[in-house]
Amino acid sequence: MADVSREELLHIAKLANLNLKEEELDGYLSNLQDILNFANVVNNADTEGLGETIGENDKFNVFRKDEVKVFEDNEALLMNAKEKERNMFKIPKVIS
Amino acid sequence: MDITSLTVHELMEKLEKKEINSVEITKAYVDRINDKEKDVKAFVTTTCDDAMKRAKEIDNKKENGEKLSPYAGIPIGIKDNMCTKGVRTTCSSKMLENFISPYDATVVEKLNDEQIISLGKLNMDEFAMGASTEYSYFKKTANPWNLNTVPGGSSGGSAAAVAAELVPWALGSDTGGSIRQPASFCGVVGLKPTYGLVSRYGLVAFASSLDQIGPITKDVRDAAMLLNIIAGHDERDTTSYEAPKKDYVKALKNDVKGLKIGIPKEYFGEGINPEVKAKLEEAIETYKKLGAEVEEFSLDIATYALATYYIIACAEASSNLGRFDGIRYGYRTENFSNLKELYRNSRSEGFGPEVKRRIILGTYVLSSGYYDAYYKKAQQVRTLVKKEFDRAFEKYDVLLTPTSPTVAFEIGTRSNNPLEMYLADICTVSLNIAGLPGISIPCGVNSEGMPIGMQLIGNKFEEEKILNAAYTFEQEYKFRDKYKPDLCKK
Repeated sequence: MADVSREELLHIAKLANLNLKEEELDGYLSNLQDILNFANVVNNADTEGLGETIGENDKFNVFRKDEVKVFEDNEALLMNAKEKERNMFKIPKVIS
Repeated sequence: MDITSLTVHELMEKLEKKEINSVEITKAYVDRINDKEKDVKAFVTTTCDDAMKRAKEIDNKKENGEKLSPYAGIPIGIKDNMCTKGVRTTCSSKMLENFISPYDATVVEKLNDEQIISLGKLNMDEFAMGASTEYSYFKKTANPWNLNTVPGGSSGGSAAAVAAELVPWALGSDTGGSIRQPASFCGVVGLKPTYGLVSRYGLVAFASSLDQIGPITKDVRDAAMLLNIIAGHDERDTTSYEAPKKDYVKALKNDVKGLKIGIPKEYFGEGINPEVKAKLEEAIETYKKLGAEVEEFSLDIATYALATYYIIACAEASSNLGRFDGIRYGYRTENFSNLKELYRNSRSEGFGPEVKRRIILGTYVLSSGYYDAYYKKAQQVRTLVKKEFDRAFEKYDVLLTPTSPTVAFEIGTRSNNPLEMYLADICTVSLNIAGLPGISIPCGVNSEGMPIGMQLIGNKFEEEKILNAAYTFEQEYKFRDKYKPDLCKK
Protein backbone atom coordinates (compact mmCIF):
# COMPACT_ATOMS: atom_id res chain seq x y z
CA MET A 1 0.00 0.00 0.00
CA ALA A 2 1.21 3.43 -0.87
CA ASP A 3 1.00 5.78 2.06
CA VAL A 4 1.48 9.38 1.11
CA SER A 5 1.56 12.01 3.83
CA ARG A 6 0.35 15.59 3.51
CA GLU A 7 3.94 16.80 3.89
CA GLU A 8 5.05 14.54 1.08
CA LEU A 9 2.26 15.78 -1.17
CA LEU A 10 3.22 19.39 -0.46
CA HIS A 11 6.86 18.58 -1.20
CA ILE A 12 5.91 16.97 -4.54
CA ALA A 13 3.70 19.95 -5.43
CA LYS A 14 6.60 22.26 -4.69
CA LEU A 15 8.89 20.22 -6.96
CA ALA A 16 6.24 20.47 -9.70
CA ASN A 17 5.90 24.23 -9.23
CA LEU A 18 2.25 23.96 -8.23
CA ASN A 19 0.43 25.51 -5.28
CA LEU A 20 -2.22 23.38 -3.64
CA LYS A 21 -4.79 25.17 -1.55
CA GLU A 22 -5.47 23.87 1.93
CA GLU A 23 -9.02 22.85 0.96
CA GLU A 24 -7.74 20.94 -2.11
CA LEU A 25 -5.19 18.86 -0.22
CA ASP A 26 -7.44 16.05 0.96
CA GLY A 27 -8.89 15.56 -2.50
CA TYR A 28 -5.50 15.35 -4.20
CA LEU A 29 -4.19 13.14 -1.43
CA SER A 30 -6.96 10.58 -1.75
CA ASN A 31 -6.76 10.62 -5.58
CA LEU A 32 -3.00 10.09 -5.46
CA GLN A 33 -3.41 7.33 -2.90
CA ASP A 34 -6.04 5.51 -5.01
CA ILE A 35 -4.06 5.75 -8.20
CA LEU A 36 -0.83 4.60 -6.54
CA ASN A 37 -2.61 1.66 -4.96
CA PHE A 38 -3.82 0.69 -8.41
CA ALA A 39 -0.43 1.34 -9.99
CA ASN A 40 1.13 -0.99 -7.45
CA VAL A 41 -0.08 -3.99 -9.48
CA VAL A 42 3.01 -3.50 -11.63
CA ASN A 43 4.91 -4.97 -8.72
CA ASN A 44 3.07 -8.28 -9.23
CA ALA A 45 4.47 -8.62 -12.73
CA ASP A 46 7.36 -11.01 -13.12
CA THR A 47 10.05 -8.89 -14.73
CA GLU A 48 13.02 -10.90 -13.54
CA GLY A 49 15.89 -10.34 -15.96
CA LEU A 50 13.95 -7.94 -18.20
CA GLY A 51 15.51 -4.68 -19.33
CA GLU A 52 13.76 -1.34 -19.34
CA THR A 53 11.99 -0.04 -22.41
CA ILE A 54 12.45 3.70 -22.51
CA GLY A 55 10.91 4.67 -25.81
CA GLU A 56 9.05 2.76 -28.43
CA ASN A 57 11.64 2.45 -31.12
CA ASP A 58 14.68 1.46 -29.14
CA LYS A 59 16.26 -0.09 -32.19
CA PHE A 60 16.61 3.08 -34.17
CA ASN A 61 17.22 6.73 -33.79
CA VAL A 62 16.96 9.08 -36.69
CA PHE A 63 19.80 11.52 -36.91
CA ARG A 64 20.11 14.67 -38.94
CA LYS A 65 22.91 17.13 -39.42
CA ASP A 66 23.22 19.64 -36.60
CA GLU A 67 22.72 22.68 -38.74
CA VAL A 68 21.64 26.09 -37.52
CA LYS A 69 18.41 27.20 -39.14
CA VAL A 70 17.24 30.70 -38.37
CA PHE A 71 13.56 31.05 -37.59
CA GLU A 72 12.78 34.31 -39.33
CA ASP A 73 9.36 35.13 -37.97
CA ASN A 74 10.33 36.84 -34.69
CA GLU A 75 7.06 38.66 -34.63
CA ALA A 76 5.07 35.44 -34.55
CA LEU A 77 7.23 34.20 -31.67
CA LEU A 78 6.90 37.37 -29.63
CA MET A 79 3.19 37.70 -30.34
CA ASN A 80 2.47 35.26 -27.49
CA ALA A 81 4.60 37.09 -24.93
CA LYS A 82 2.67 38.74 -22.13
CA GLU A 83 5.35 41.39 -21.69
CA LYS A 84 8.05 42.30 -24.12
CA GLU A 85 10.54 45.07 -24.65
CA ARG A 86 12.08 45.77 -28.04
CA ASN A 87 12.81 42.28 -29.34
CA MET A 88 12.87 40.49 -26.00
CA PHE A 89 10.68 38.67 -23.50
CA LYS A 90 10.35 40.68 -20.30
CA ILE A 91 10.38 38.84 -16.97
CA PRO A 92 10.50 39.99 -13.34
CA LYS A 93 13.86 40.78 -11.80
CA VAL A 94 15.70 37.57 -10.81
CA ILE A 95 18.64 39.05 -8.88
CA SER A 96 17.58 41.24 -5.98
CA MET B 1 -27.89 15.75 -52.58
CA ASP B 2 -27.17 15.40 -48.86
CA ILE B 3 -23.54 16.47 -48.98
CA THR B 4 -22.64 16.10 -45.32
CA SER B 5 -23.76 12.48 -45.17
CA LEU B 6 -21.19 11.47 -47.81
CA THR B 7 -17.79 9.97 -47.07
CA VAL B 8 -14.67 11.71 -48.32
CA HIS B 9 -14.10 9.16 -51.10
CA GLU B 10 -17.68 9.75 -52.26
CA LEU B 11 -17.09 13.53 -52.21
CA MET B 12 -13.89 13.06 -54.22
CA GLU B 13 -15.70 11.05 -56.88
CA LYS B 14 -18.22 13.85 -57.24
CA LEU B 15 -15.48 16.47 -57.37
CA GLU B 16 -13.68 14.43 -60.02
CA LYS B 17 -16.84 14.21 -62.14
CA LYS B 18 -17.48 17.92 -61.55
CA GLU B 19 -20.92 17.15 -60.11
CA ILE B 20 -20.03 19.37 -57.18
CA ASN B 21 -17.41 21.96 -56.28
CA SER B 22 -15.52 22.84 -53.15
CA VAL B 23 -17.65 25.89 -52.34
CA GLU B 24 -20.76 23.71 -52.31
CA ILE B 25 -19.11 21.12 -50.07
CA THR B 26 -17.65 23.68 -47.68
CA LYS B 27 -20.88 25.67 -47.56
CA ALA B 28 -22.83 22.50 -46.69
CA TYR B 29 -20.52 21.90 -43.73
CA VAL B 30 -20.57 25.54 -42.61
CA ASP B 31 -24.39 25.45 -42.65
CA ARG B 32 -24.38 22.21 -40.74
CA ILE B 33 -21.99 23.67 -38.11
CA ASN B 34 -24.22 26.74 -37.78
CA ASP B 35 -27.18 24.45 -37.26
CA LYS B 36 -25.83 21.69 -34.98
CA GLU B 37 -22.69 22.91 -33.24
CA LYS B 38 -24.81 24.41 -30.45
CA ASP B 39 -26.01 20.90 -29.55
CA VAL B 40 -22.75 18.99 -30.05
CA LYS B 41 -20.19 21.60 -28.92
CA ALA B 42 -17.37 19.88 -30.82
CA PHE B 43 -15.29 22.94 -31.73
CA VAL B 44 -13.04 25.18 -29.68
CA THR B 45 -12.47 27.47 -32.68
CA THR B 46 -14.25 27.47 -36.04
CA THR B 47 -12.62 28.97 -39.12
CA CYS B 48 -15.65 28.94 -41.42
CA ASP B 49 -15.05 32.30 -43.13
CA ASP B 50 -11.50 31.40 -43.97
CA ALA B 51 -12.62 27.96 -45.15
CA MET B 52 -15.15 29.51 -47.56
CA LYS B 53 -12.47 31.84 -48.89
CA ARG B 54 -10.09 28.97 -49.51
CA ALA B 55 -12.83 26.91 -51.17
CA LYS B 56 -13.48 29.75 -53.62
CA GLU B 57 -9.77 30.05 -54.40
CA ILE B 58 -9.52 26.33 -55.07
CA ASP B 59 -12.58 26.31 -57.34
CA ASN B 60 -11.17 29.29 -59.24
CA LYS B 61 -7.85 27.53 -59.73
CA LYS B 62 -9.63 24.44 -61.02
CA GLU B 63 -11.70 26.52 -63.42
CA ASN B 64 -8.49 28.05 -64.71
CA GLY B 65 -7.28 24.57 -65.49
CA GLU B 66 -4.68 24.26 -62.74
CA LYS B 67 -3.86 20.70 -61.79
CA LEU B 68 -4.52 20.29 -58.07
CA SER B 69 -4.35 17.43 -55.58
CA PRO B 70 -7.38 15.10 -55.75
CA TYR B 71 -8.05 16.13 -52.15
CA ALA B 72 -8.08 19.85 -52.99
CA GLY B 73 -11.17 21.49 -51.57
CA ILE B 74 -12.13 18.75 -49.09
CA PRO B 75 -12.74 20.14 -45.57
CA ILE B 76 -11.37 18.68 -42.33
CA GLY B 77 -11.40 19.28 -38.56
CA ILE B 78 -8.22 19.25 -36.46
CA LYS B 79 -7.86 18.35 -32.79
CA ASP B 80 -6.82 21.43 -30.88
CA ASN B 81 -3.43 20.07 -29.82
CA MET B 82 -1.91 20.31 -33.30
CA CYS B 83 -0.24 23.60 -34.08
CA THR B 84 -1.83 25.75 -36.76
CA LYS B 85 -0.06 28.93 -37.74
CA GLY B 86 -2.28 31.95 -37.26
CA VAL B 87 -5.16 30.04 -35.63
CA ARG B 88 -5.05 29.50 -31.88
CA THR B 89 -4.02 26.10 -30.50
CA THR B 90 -5.43 25.80 -26.99
CA CYS B 91 -5.19 22.10 -26.00
CA SER B 92 -8.56 22.98 -24.41
CA SER B 93 -6.61 24.59 -21.57
CA LYS B 94 -6.76 27.99 -19.94
CA MET B 95 -2.96 27.78 -20.10
CA LEU B 96 -3.02 28.09 -23.91
CA GLU B 97 -6.32 29.93 -24.32
CA ASN B 98 -4.71 32.66 -26.44
CA PHE B 99 -1.73 30.77 -27.84
CA ILE B 100 -1.11 31.28 -31.54
CA SER B 101 1.56 28.96 -32.88
CA PRO B 102 4.31 30.54 -34.98
CA TYR B 103 4.41 27.45 -37.20
CA ASP B 104 2.29 24.57 -38.53
CA ALA B 105 2.57 21.01 -37.26
CA THR B 106 3.95 18.62 -39.90
CA VAL B 107 0.54 16.96 -40.28
CA VAL B 108 -1.05 20.37 -40.82
CA GLU B 109 1.58 21.19 -43.47
CA LYS B 110 0.72 17.92 -45.18
CA LEU B 111 -2.99 18.79 -45.20
CA ASN B 112 -2.14 22.23 -46.60
CA ASP B 113 0.04 20.64 -49.30
CA GLU B 114 -3.04 18.71 -50.47
CA GLN B 115 -5.12 21.89 -50.22
CA ILE B 116 -7.43 20.32 -47.67
CA ILE B 117 -9.44 23.04 -45.93
CA SER B 118 -9.63 23.31 -42.14
CA LEU B 119 -13.06 24.08 -40.66
CA GLY B 120 -11.52 24.63 -37.24
CA LYS B 121 -10.00 23.19 -34.10
CA LEU B 122 -11.78 20.47 -32.17
CA ASN B 123 -12.42 20.12 -28.46
CA MET B 124 -10.54 17.64 -26.28
CA ASP B 125 -9.72 16.84 -22.68
CA GLU B 126 -7.23 19.41 -21.41
CA PHE B 127 -3.78 18.46 -22.76
CA ALA B 128 -5.37 15.19 -23.97
CA MET B 129 -5.67 13.91 -20.41
CA GLY B 130 -9.02 12.21 -20.08
CA ALA B 131 -11.46 9.75 -21.61
CA SER B 132 -14.63 11.84 -21.92
CA THR B 133 -13.73 15.38 -23.08
CA GLU B 134 -15.27 16.60 -19.82
CA TYR B 135 -11.87 17.90 -18.71
CA SER B 136 -11.86 20.58 -21.42
CA TYR B 137 -11.51 24.06 -19.93
CA PHE B 138 -13.99 25.45 -22.45
CA LYS B 139 -16.96 23.12 -22.85
CA LYS B 140 -18.26 19.58 -22.58
CA THR B 141 -18.79 18.03 -26.00
CA ALA B 142 -21.93 15.90 -26.37
CA ASN B 143 -22.16 12.50 -28.04
CA PRO B 144 -24.30 12.90 -31.19
CA TRP B 145 -25.98 9.52 -30.51
CA ASN B 146 -27.31 10.75 -27.16
CA LEU B 147 -26.57 14.30 -26.16
CA ASN B 148 -26.60 13.41 -22.45
CA THR B 149 -23.64 11.09 -22.86
CA VAL B 150 -19.94 11.79 -23.38
CA PRO B 151 -18.27 11.40 -26.79
CA GLY B 152 -15.27 9.69 -25.17
CA GLY B 153 -11.87 11.26 -25.12
CA SER B 154 -9.54 12.75 -25.34
CA SER B 155 -10.28 13.32 -29.07
CA GLY B 156 -13.99 13.65 -28.24
CA GLY B 157 -14.49 16.78 -30.33
CA SER B 158 -12.98 15.06 -33.38
CA ALA B 159 -15.12 11.91 -33.05
CA ALA B 160 -18.32 13.82 -32.26
CA ALA B 161 -17.78 16.20 -35.18
CA VAL B 162 -17.38 13.30 -37.63
CA ALA B 163 -20.39 11.44 -36.19
CA ALA B 164 -22.57 14.57 -36.27
CA GLU B 165 -21.44 15.35 -39.84
CA LEU B 166 -19.92 18.69 -38.84
CA VAL B 167 -16.72 17.68 -40.65
CA PRO B 168 -16.22 14.89 -43.21
CA TRP B 169 -13.14 13.61 -41.37
CA ALA B 170 -10.80 14.72 -38.63
CA LEU B 171 -7.39 14.31 -37.07
CA GLY B 172 -7.11 13.03 -33.51
CA SER B 173 -4.22 12.01 -31.30
CA ASP B 174 -3.89 8.87 -29.23
CA THR B 175 -1.70 8.41 -26.15
CA GLY B 176 -3.66 5.64 -24.44
CA GLY B 177 -6.78 5.26 -26.58
CA SER B 178 -7.70 8.86 -27.32
CA ILE B 179 -8.53 8.19 -30.99
CA ARG B 180 -10.00 4.68 -30.70
CA GLN B 181 -12.19 5.05 -27.60
CA PRO B 182 -14.05 8.19 -28.78
CA ALA B 183 -14.40 6.62 -32.24
CA SER B 184 -16.00 3.63 -30.53
CA PHE B 185 -18.34 5.81 -28.42
CA CYS B 186 -19.40 7.84 -31.48
CA GLY B 187 -19.82 4.98 -33.98
CA VAL B 188 -17.04 6.09 -36.33
CA VAL B 189 -13.66 4.74 -37.44
CA GLY B 190 -10.49 5.69 -35.52
CA LEU B 191 -6.96 4.58 -36.37
CA LYS B 192 -3.91 4.87 -34.14
CA PRO B 193 -0.88 4.26 -36.35
CA THR B 194 2.34 2.52 -35.28
CA TYR B 195 4.51 4.79 -33.12
CA GLY B 196 6.85 6.62 -35.47
CA LEU B 197 4.71 6.38 -38.62
CA VAL B 198 3.25 9.89 -38.33
CA SER B 199 5.35 12.89 -37.32
CA ARG B 200 4.70 14.40 -33.90
CA TYR B 201 6.34 17.70 -34.81
CA GLY B 202 3.91 20.42 -33.77
CA LEU B 203 1.73 18.10 -31.70
CA VAL B 204 1.68 19.53 -28.18
CA ALA B 205 3.40 16.77 -26.19
CA PHE B 206 1.57 14.83 -23.49
CA ALA B 207 3.63 11.62 -23.24
CA SER B 208 6.22 11.66 -25.99
CA SER B 209 6.95 7.93 -26.09
CA LEU B 210 3.24 7.11 -26.50
CA ASP B 211 1.63 9.96 -28.51
CA GLN B 212 0.58 9.35 -32.14
CA ILE B 213 -1.63 11.33 -34.51
CA GLY B 214 -4.21 9.47 -36.59
CA PRO B 215 -7.44 9.68 -38.61
CA ILE B 216 -11.04 9.69 -37.35
CA THR B 217 -13.36 9.03 -40.28
CA LYS B 218 -16.77 7.79 -41.38
CA ASP B 219 -15.40 4.63 -42.94
CA VAL B 220 -12.26 2.55 -43.34
CA ARG B 221 -11.44 3.74 -46.87
CA ASP B 222 -11.37 7.34 -45.65
CA ALA B 223 -9.06 6.30 -42.79
CA ALA B 224 -6.66 4.65 -45.25
CA MET B 225 -6.69 7.78 -47.44
CA LEU B 226 -6.03 10.14 -44.55
CA LEU B 227 -3.21 7.88 -43.34
CA ASN B 228 -1.71 8.07 -46.84
CA ILE B 229 -1.62 11.84 -46.48
CA ILE B 230 -0.16 12.13 -42.97
CA ALA B 231 2.26 9.18 -42.78
CA GLY B 232 5.91 9.59 -43.61
CA HIS B 233 9.34 10.44 -42.31
CA ASP B 234 10.00 13.87 -40.87
CA GLU B 235 13.50 14.92 -39.87
CA ARG B 236 12.02 17.28 -37.26
CA ASP B 237 10.80 14.32 -35.18
CA THR B 238 13.70 12.11 -34.05
CA THR B 239 11.36 9.18 -33.46
CA SER B 240 9.90 9.42 -36.95
CA TYR B 241 10.43 6.18 -38.85
CA GLU B 242 12.27 6.16 -42.17
CA ALA B 243 10.35 3.86 -44.46
CA PRO B 244 9.15 3.91 -48.05
CA LYS B 245 5.69 5.42 -48.59
CA LYS B 246 2.85 2.94 -48.83
CA ASP B 247 -0.58 3.23 -50.40
CA TYR B 248 -2.89 2.02 -47.64
CA VAL B 249 -5.96 2.14 -49.88
CA LYS B 250 -4.44 -0.71 -51.92
CA ALA B 251 -4.55 -2.88 -48.80
CA LEU B 252 -8.37 -2.86 -48.80
CA LYS B 253 -9.08 -6.19 -50.50
CA ASN B 254 -12.43 -7.14 -48.92
CA ASP B 255 -11.04 -10.59 -48.26
CA VAL B 256 -9.98 -12.17 -44.98
CA LYS B 257 -9.75 -15.79 -46.12
CA GLY B 258 -6.96 -17.45 -44.19
CA LEU B 259 -6.31 -14.38 -42.03
CA LYS B 260 -5.25 -15.56 -38.59
CA ILE B 261 -7.16 -13.64 -35.92
CA GLY B 262 -6.20 -14.08 -32.26
CA ILE B 263 -8.78 -13.39 -29.55
CA PRO B 264 -7.11 -12.56 -26.23
CA LYS B 265 -9.62 -14.05 -23.81
CA GLU B 266 -8.68 -11.76 -20.91
CA TYR B 267 -10.15 -8.82 -22.86
CA PHE B 268 -13.56 -10.48 -22.79
CA GLY B 269 -13.67 -11.23 -19.08
CA GLU B 270 -14.76 -9.39 -15.99
CA GLY B 271 -15.69 -5.75 -16.40
CA ILE B 272 -16.77 -6.04 -20.05
CA ASN B 273 -20.41 -5.07 -20.45
CA PRO B 274 -22.47 -8.13 -21.57
CA GLU B 275 -24.02 -6.30 -24.54
CA VAL B 276 -20.57 -5.20 -25.71
CA LYS B 277 -19.33 -8.76 -25.35
CA ALA B 278 -22.30 -10.16 -27.28
CA LYS B 279 -21.75 -7.82 -30.25
CA LEU B 280 -18.06 -8.66 -30.31
CA GLU B 281 -18.91 -12.35 -30.35
CA GLU B 282 -21.21 -11.78 -33.32
CA ALA B 283 -18.37 -9.96 -35.08
CA ILE B 284 -16.08 -12.92 -34.43
CA GLU B 285 -18.68 -15.22 -36.01
CA THR B 286 -18.82 -12.90 -39.02
CA TYR B 287 -15.06 -13.18 -39.46
CA LYS B 288 -15.30 -16.98 -39.28
CA LYS B 289 -18.03 -16.95 -41.90
CA LEU B 290 -15.82 -14.78 -44.12
CA GLY B 291 -13.07 -17.39 -43.96
CA ALA B 292 -10.76 -16.04 -41.27
CA GLU B 293 -9.07 -18.50 -38.92
CA VAL B 294 -10.07 -17.40 -35.44
CA GLU B 295 -8.48 -18.71 -32.24
CA GLU B 296 -8.72 -17.77 -28.59
CA PHE B 297 -5.49 -17.34 -26.62
CA SER B 298 -4.19 -15.88 -23.39
CA LEU B 299 -2.67 -12.39 -23.23
CA ASP B 300 -2.73 -11.57 -19.56
CA ILE B 301 -1.33 -8.06 -19.61
CA ALA B 302 -4.32 -5.69 -19.61
CA THR B 303 -4.19 -4.68 -15.93
CA TYR B 304 -0.39 -4.45 -15.88
CA ALA B 305 -0.46 -2.40 -19.04
CA LEU B 306 -2.99 0.06 -17.60
CA ALA B 307 -0.99 0.57 -14.38
CA THR B 308 2.22 0.90 -16.38
CA TYR B 309 0.54 3.36 -18.70
CA TYR B 310 -0.51 5.71 -15.92
CA ILE B 311 2.97 5.66 -14.40
CA ILE B 312 4.80 6.29 -17.68
CA ALA B 313 2.30 8.74 -19.18
CA CYS B 314 2.16 10.87 -16.03
CA ALA B 315 5.94 10.80 -15.60
CA GLU B 316 6.43 12.01 -19.16
CA ALA B 317 3.63 14.57 -18.79
CA SER B 318 5.12 16.03 -15.62
CA SER B 319 8.34 16.58 -17.53
CA ASN B 320 6.74 17.80 -20.79
CA LEU B 321 4.44 20.25 -19.04
CA GLY B 322 7.35 21.76 -17.16
CA ARG B 323 7.73 24.15 -20.09
CA PHE B 324 4.56 26.03 -19.18
CA ASP B 325 5.93 28.74 -16.95
CA GLY B 326 4.13 31.90 -18.06
CA ILE B 327 7.21 33.46 -19.67
CA ARG B 328 7.34 33.07 -23.44
CA TYR B 329 3.76 32.06 -24.12
CA GLY B 330 0.72 30.75 -22.35
CA TYR B 331 -1.18 31.99 -19.33
CA ARG B 332 0.59 34.40 -16.99
CA THR B 333 -0.73 35.21 -13.53
CA GLU B 334 -1.37 38.80 -12.51
CA ASN B 335 -0.37 37.95 -9.02
CA PHE B 336 3.40 37.66 -8.37
CA SER B 337 6.25 39.48 -6.73
CA ASN B 338 9.16 37.33 -7.88
CA LEU B 339 10.02 34.85 -10.62
CA LYS B 340 9.28 31.74 -8.55
CA GLU B 341 5.81 33.04 -7.74
CA LEU B 342 5.25 33.88 -11.36
CA TYR B 343 5.99 30.25 -12.31
CA ARG B 344 3.94 28.72 -9.52
CA ASN B 345 0.92 30.96 -9.71
CA SER B 346 0.79 30.84 -13.52
CA ARG B 347 0.86 27.04 -13.48
CA SER B 348 -1.59 26.71 -10.59
CA GLU B 349 -4.09 29.09 -12.17
CA GLY B 350 -3.54 27.90 -15.77
CA PHE B 351 -3.86 24.11 -15.39
CA GLY B 352 -7.10 22.31 -14.53
CA PRO B 353 -7.44 19.71 -11.74
CA GLU B 354 -6.88 16.58 -13.87
CA VAL B 355 -3.69 18.01 -15.38
CA LYS B 356 -2.41 18.93 -11.92
CA ARG B 357 -3.33 15.47 -10.66
CA ARG B 358 -1.25 13.85 -13.38
CA ILE B 359 1.68 16.22 -12.96
CA ILE B 360 1.71 15.42 -9.24
CA LEU B 361 1.50 11.67 -9.86
CA GLY B 362 4.26 11.93 -12.48
CA THR B 363 6.49 13.98 -10.22
CA TYR B 364 5.89 11.48 -7.41
CA VAL B 365 6.85 8.39 -9.43
CA LEU B 366 9.99 10.12 -10.70
CA SER B 367 11.06 11.43 -7.30
CA SER B 368 13.96 9.83 -5.46
CA GLY B 369 12.79 7.01 -3.24
CA TYR B 370 9.94 6.01 -5.57
CA TYR B 371 11.67 5.95 -8.93
CA ASP B 372 12.66 2.26 -8.70
CA ALA B 373 9.36 1.05 -7.27
CA TYR B 374 7.21 2.75 -9.90
CA TYR B 375 8.96 4.25 -12.90
CA LYS B 376 11.76 1.73 -13.35
CA LYS B 377 9.40 -1.16 -12.68
CA ALA B 378 6.91 0.25 -15.19
CA GLN B 379 9.61 0.42 -17.85
CA GLN B 380 10.37 -3.24 -17.22
CA VAL B 381 6.69 -4.14 -17.44
CA ARG B 382 6.68 -2.27 -20.72
CA THR B 383 9.30 -4.74 -21.99
CA LEU B 384 7.09 -7.58 -20.75
CA VAL B 385 4.04 -6.21 -22.59
CA LYS B 386 6.05 -5.92 -25.82
CA LYS B 387 7.36 -9.47 -25.48
CA GLU B 388 3.84 -10.82 -24.96
CA PHE B 389 2.63 -9.05 -28.10
CA ASP B 390 5.68 -10.29 -30.05
CA ARG B 391 4.74 -13.82 -29.04
CA ALA B 392 1.13 -13.27 -30.13
CA PHE B 393 2.17 -11.94 -33.53
CA GLU B 394 4.30 -15.02 -34.17
CA LYS B 395 0.99 -16.89 -34.40
CA TYR B 396 -1.59 -14.32 -35.51
CA ASP B 397 -1.91 -11.58 -38.13
CA VAL B 398 -4.41 -9.51 -36.22
CA LEU B 399 -5.79 -9.47 -32.66
CA LEU B 400 -9.42 -8.61 -31.94
CA THR B 401 -10.79 -7.04 -28.73
CA PRO B 402 -13.51 -4.62 -27.66
CA THR B 403 -12.32 -0.99 -27.95
CA SER B 404 -13.90 -0.07 -24.64
CA PRO B 405 -15.53 -2.20 -21.94
CA THR B 406 -18.70 -0.08 -22.16
CA VAL B 407 -20.65 2.20 -24.47
CA ALA B 408 -20.64 5.97 -23.89
CA PHE B 409 -21.49 6.88 -20.30
CA GLU B 410 -23.55 9.81 -19.08
CA ILE B 411 -21.95 13.21 -18.71
CA GLY B 412 -20.92 13.83 -15.10
CA THR B 413 -20.98 10.21 -13.93
CA ARG B 414 -17.24 9.58 -13.87
CA SER B 415 -15.54 12.95 -13.90
CA ASN B 416 -15.14 13.05 -10.12
CA ASN B 417 -13.59 9.62 -9.90
CA PRO B 418 -10.23 9.68 -11.71
CA LEU B 419 -9.49 5.99 -11.23
CA GLU B 420 -12.82 4.93 -12.71
CA MET B 421 -12.19 7.24 -15.66
CA TYR B 422 -8.79 5.59 -16.18
CA LEU B 423 -10.44 2.16 -16.46
CA ALA B 424 -12.13 3.33 -19.68
CA ASP B 425 -8.69 2.87 -21.30
CA ILE B 426 -8.16 -0.74 -20.23
CA CYS B 427 -8.47 -2.25 -23.74
CA THR B 428 -6.51 0.41 -25.60
CA VAL B 429 -3.43 1.44 -23.60
CA SER B 430 -1.41 -1.73 -24.12
CA LEU B 431 -0.99 -0.84 -27.81
CA ASN B 432 0.57 2.51 -26.95
CA ILE B 433 2.83 0.79 -24.42
CA ALA B 434 4.03 -1.56 -27.18
CA GLY B 435 3.89 1.03 -30.02
CA LEU B 436 1.44 -1.06 -32.08
CA PRO B 437 -1.22 0.12 -34.54
CA GLY B 438 -4.90 -0.33 -33.75
CA ILE B 439 -8.18 0.56 -35.39
CA SER B 440 -11.64 0.87 -33.87
CA ILE B 441 -14.66 0.28 -36.07
CA PRO B 442 -18.33 0.09 -35.10
CA CYS B 443 -19.71 -3.46 -34.84
CA GLY B 444 -23.26 -2.79 -33.68
CA VAL B 445 -25.35 -0.88 -31.17
CA ASN B 446 -26.67 -1.83 -27.73
CA SER B 447 -30.32 -2.04 -26.68
CA GLU B 448 -30.40 1.75 -26.26
CA GLY B 449 -29.02 2.31 -29.72
CA MET B 450 -25.53 3.35 -28.57
CA PRO B 451 -22.60 2.27 -30.77
CA ILE B 452 -20.21 -0.50 -29.78
CA GLY B 453 -16.64 -0.55 -31.08
CA MET B 454 -14.34 -3.39 -32.07
CA GLN B 455 -10.58 -2.95 -31.91
CA LEU B 456 -8.23 -4.70 -34.33
CA ILE B 457 -4.58 -4.72 -33.33
CA GLY B 458 -1.71 -5.21 -35.76
CA ASN B 459 2.01 -5.80 -35.49
CA LYS B 460 4.30 -2.80 -35.94
CA PHE B 461 3.96 -1.10 -39.32
CA GLU B 462 1.35 -3.65 -40.42
CA GLU B 463 -1.46 -1.12 -40.78
CA GLU B 464 -2.44 -2.83 -44.05
CA LYS B 465 -3.57 -5.98 -42.25
CA ILE B 466 -5.83 -4.24 -39.74
CA LEU B 467 -7.18 -1.87 -42.38
CA ASN B 468 -8.09 -4.78 -44.65
CA ALA B 469 -9.62 -6.77 -41.79
CA ALA B 470 -11.65 -3.72 -40.72
CA TYR B 471 -12.70 -2.97 -44.30
CA THR B 472 -13.82 -6.53 -44.94
CA PHE B 473 -16.00 -6.52 -41.82
CA GLU B 474 -17.39 -3.10 -42.69
CA GLN B 475 -18.37 -4.21 -46.21
CA GLU B 476 -20.18 -7.23 -44.78
CA TYR B 477 -21.82 -5.57 -41.76
CA LYS B 478 -22.72 -2.19 -43.33
CA PHE B 479 -23.04 -0.33 -40.04
CA ARG B 480 -23.55 3.05 -41.71
CA ASP B 481 -26.52 1.75 -43.71
CA LYS B 482 -28.16 0.36 -40.59
CA TYR B 483 -27.57 2.94 -37.88
CA LYS B 484 -27.39 6.70 -37.62
CA PRO B 485 -27.67 9.18 -34.77
CA ASP B 486 -31.08 10.94 -34.72
CA LEU B 487 -29.15 14.15 -35.26
CA CYS B 488 -28.21 12.90 -38.75
CA LYS B 489 -31.63 11.62 -39.83
CA LYS B 490 -32.79 14.13 -42.40
